Amino acid sequence: MRQRHRGNGQVLRLERRPEASQAMAYASPLIAVVLMLLGGLLLFAMLGRDPLEGFRVFFINPLSDAYGISELLLKATPLMLCAIGLAIGFRANVWNIGAEGQLIVGAIAASAVALHFYESDASSVLVLPLMVIAGAIGGMLWASIPALLKTRFDTNEILVSLMLVYVAQLLVSWLVHGPMMDPDGFNFPQSRLFEDSALLPILFEGTRLNLAFVFAIGALLVGYVFMYRSFAGFQMQVAGQSRDAARYAGFPVRRMVWVGLLGGGALAGLAGMSEVAGPMGQITEHVSNNYGFAAIIVAFVARLNPIGIFFASLLMALLYLGGEQAQQYLALPSSISNVFQGMLLMFLLGSDVFIGYRVRWREVAA
Amino acid sequence: MTPAEGEQAPRLELSGISKIYPSVVANDDVSMTVGRGEIHAVLGENGAGKSTLMKVIYGVTRADAGTMRWEGRPLQVENPAQARRLGIGMVFQHFSLFETLSVVENVALALPGKQDMDELAARIEDVSGHYGLPVDPARLVHALSVGERQRVEIIRCLLQNPKLLIMDEPTSVLTPQAVPRLFDTLRQLAAEGCSILYISHKLDEIRELCHVATVLRDGRVTGTCIPAEETPKSMARLMIGKDLPVPEHSTPGELGEVRLRLNGLSKPAADPFGTSLEDIELELRAGEILGIAGVSGNGQQELLHALSGEALLEDADTVVICGRPSGRDGPGRRRQSGMGFVPEERLGRGAVPRMSLAENALLTAHRAGMLRHGMIRFGRVAEFARKCIADFNVKCGGEQHAANSLSGGNLQKFIMGREILLAPKLLVAAQPTWGVDVGAAAFIRQRLIDLRDRGAAILVISEELEELFEISDRIAVIARGRLSPVKKLSDTSIDEIGLWMSGIWDAPAAQGERAGA
Repeated sequence: MRQRHRGNGQVLRLERRPEASQAMAYASPLIAVVLMLLGGLLLFAMLGRDPLEGFRVFFINPLSDAYGISELLLKATPLMLCAIGLAIGFRANVWNIGAEGQLIVGAIAASAVALHFYESDASSVLVLPLMVIAGAIGGMLWASIPALLKTRFDTNEILVSLMLVYVAQLLVSWLVHGPMMDPDGFNFPQSRLFEDSALLPILFEGTRLNLAFVFAIGALLVGYVFMYRSFAGFQMQVAGQSRDAARYAGFPVRRMVWVGLLGGGALAGLAGMSEVAGPMGQITEHVSNNYGFAAIIVAFVARLNPIGIFFASLLMALLYLGGEQAQQYLALPSSISNVFQGMLLMFLLGSDVFIGYRVRWREVAA
Repeated sequence: MTPAEGEQAPRLELSGISKIYPSVVANDDVSMTVGRGEIHAVLGENGAGKSTLMKVIYGVTRADAGTMRWEGRPLQVENPAQARRLGIGMVFQHFSLFETLSVVENVALALPGKQDMDELAARIEDVSGHYGLPVDPARLVHALSVGERQRVEIIRCLLQNPKLLIMDEPTSVLTPQAVPRLFDTLRQLAAEGCSILYISHKLDEIRELCHVATVLRDGRVTGTCIPAEETPKSMARLMIGKDLPVPEHSTPGELGEVRLRLNGLSKPAADPFGTSLEDIELELRAGEILGIAGVSGNGQQELLHALSGEALLEDADTVVICGRPSGRDGPGRRRQSGMGFVPEERLGRGAVPRMSLAENALLTAHRAGMLRHGMIRFGRVAEFARKCIADFNVKCGGEQHAANSLSGGNLQKFIMGREILLAPKLLVAAQPTWGVDVGAAAFIRQRLIDLRDRGAAILVISEELEELFEISDRIAVIARGRLSPVKKLSDTSIDEIGLWMSGIWDAPAAQGERAGA
């Protein structure tokens, strides 16, 4: 009798594949990118714009000259820094979702150093290195909270790190409305503009691309060596794939939680430093452009691989720039970048399902 | 299909089944017929293609060629759900249970439709009592031992009143006393018309239980026989193509220093369904093999965790490894002291499933010169893995293939090989030959004896009495978290140890043995 409810006909079902394709695991991010582009064309059409014109403005315009390329690399810098740090943790199943907050606290710490030495007589060459250190430590400090709670009380690092993002946002908001506010700034919620000694040197004259890009490439290289060549990286990968095997082999599972979170925090903090000491030159409420969250998408699209992170960061940076262009030339809100980011992640997760599963039409018996 | 046709046709007919994987031909033109109510043995070494054939029948994988007839009707089984609807049940070698769910919930998931949990729990208790498979329906699966998990799998199949039951090594986790009861059950099922495909490497059991046997070697059928008319030796020859090597077990030489001492090891159970260890005393010297027998779920897991360092103890002195009080040392420190360890779960604990054999060698062998300044020396890693594969006859595509691409027995050979090649002073091995075919099992046992002869101390915890009697110098039993007196092999018998496995031994003897050890 129960079977009658099922009825007759065809039903779409997901069925586990006997063997998941290795090649597909790498092809799926590319498929996701293509689907995102197609989705974008459709979106432009639905918004009443010429899709091809939209595509040109969004994806081609930003790259039309050398300055555009330099802006792309500049935007990709914090994404690379955050994403490589996150990937190290993600590979060990340490789910740090709070890079955004760690970036903000890193920016705060670096700004505090810059403002402390403002118009001071201290040796100005030391200011930048101190800011780098302060940024990294600030990020680590923020990341150490979920690490401590996780190792001590087995709390969920996803929730704790995410909630701390909002705390960090409120913290920076309070600071720029209070202690860090520019005394000559007509009550705008922002700090003084940093002195030149507190700004990262520009790599190419006439662009805003600065030394932080070199840090980011360095971080990718170090990350690559750590992940694929070092025993510590191997241990973290084992812990990520099979906690029991890691325990059996005697790998320090707790230490990996610390390494994963602190590593991610330090690099996110450095990214925050590179924003305030780079294109912004001061700290404001909007110190982060959601880089910490976008970096999560970058890390996944890149399959947690440093080379992949390089390219995925460039793609994500292009989405940021395209959004600005769309605002300027197509009169679309710049939040269209977020729509593209969302589509990218959705299509990636969607196509990932088909790596492990296949869709089958199934005859359902009456 | 008319009923008449159905009555006459055999339950299952395979003809010309072939399955080719990229690196290996798993089944090559396999044909066999399983009659109604027939108990049909499938014999073969690891990697002979038994598991693949069963997966084809159960719809897990699809054959590349050949046809299958079910009760006379040609069909292709698309997936396990369809197989279950046809009335095919299977008890896997690797279990497919959800760890975080209870026994009754796991069973409910395998049954169609919505279940009344209380009623289902009662049915489980019914079946478990009837077939001598004790298990508490309310317990969570993650707290169950391997043996208990297998019972759940068997019960889950029996609840579906199968027409064909596929059993992969079902007796390996039962007490000797429980095996005849299971056989009674299987015979009863067969008498009721249920066909049974019985995969086992225990030739004695097959002779006792099975009506017909199909023998596979390298994916091909090498013969069909009536087990009752054969000797274990003649069946083994069909299976491995030559006579079975018998481990040479010389009497141990002079015993050396104490490598492992347990001083009143007690540990309360970590979860409500675990077993507490009570005051375990043990002394193991260089150059001997000590076997610990027992029915699974009697504290073996807890003892193994306490030995490996995966569970730490309050008092460092309760576990002394190679002279060092190690109760508070983690697994890494204990390995540094000279201990090797083979866990009972191969995939997911002894090996990382999706990592290559080379990476799995690195897992525990990294101290053997595979690192320089914290960096991995990939050449050394690959070299070690290749040596392990060659020395231990591991059938695989090469050291870069993933651990989960190997059959259970071959992976076991690799893990044993990895631990033995590290030349441990003390080796603790759990179920060293569980699910491994006779040829490979004899090989592994011989390697353990060789290791002992080179002066290692070896502790083997196994549920297979024959195995323990074949390789041990001394033997003890663990039951309800307590350890029996340790006896020299010559001073005891399978009957006595079998009796002790139910937890009965006299206390005064235990005192005497302890004082004398």
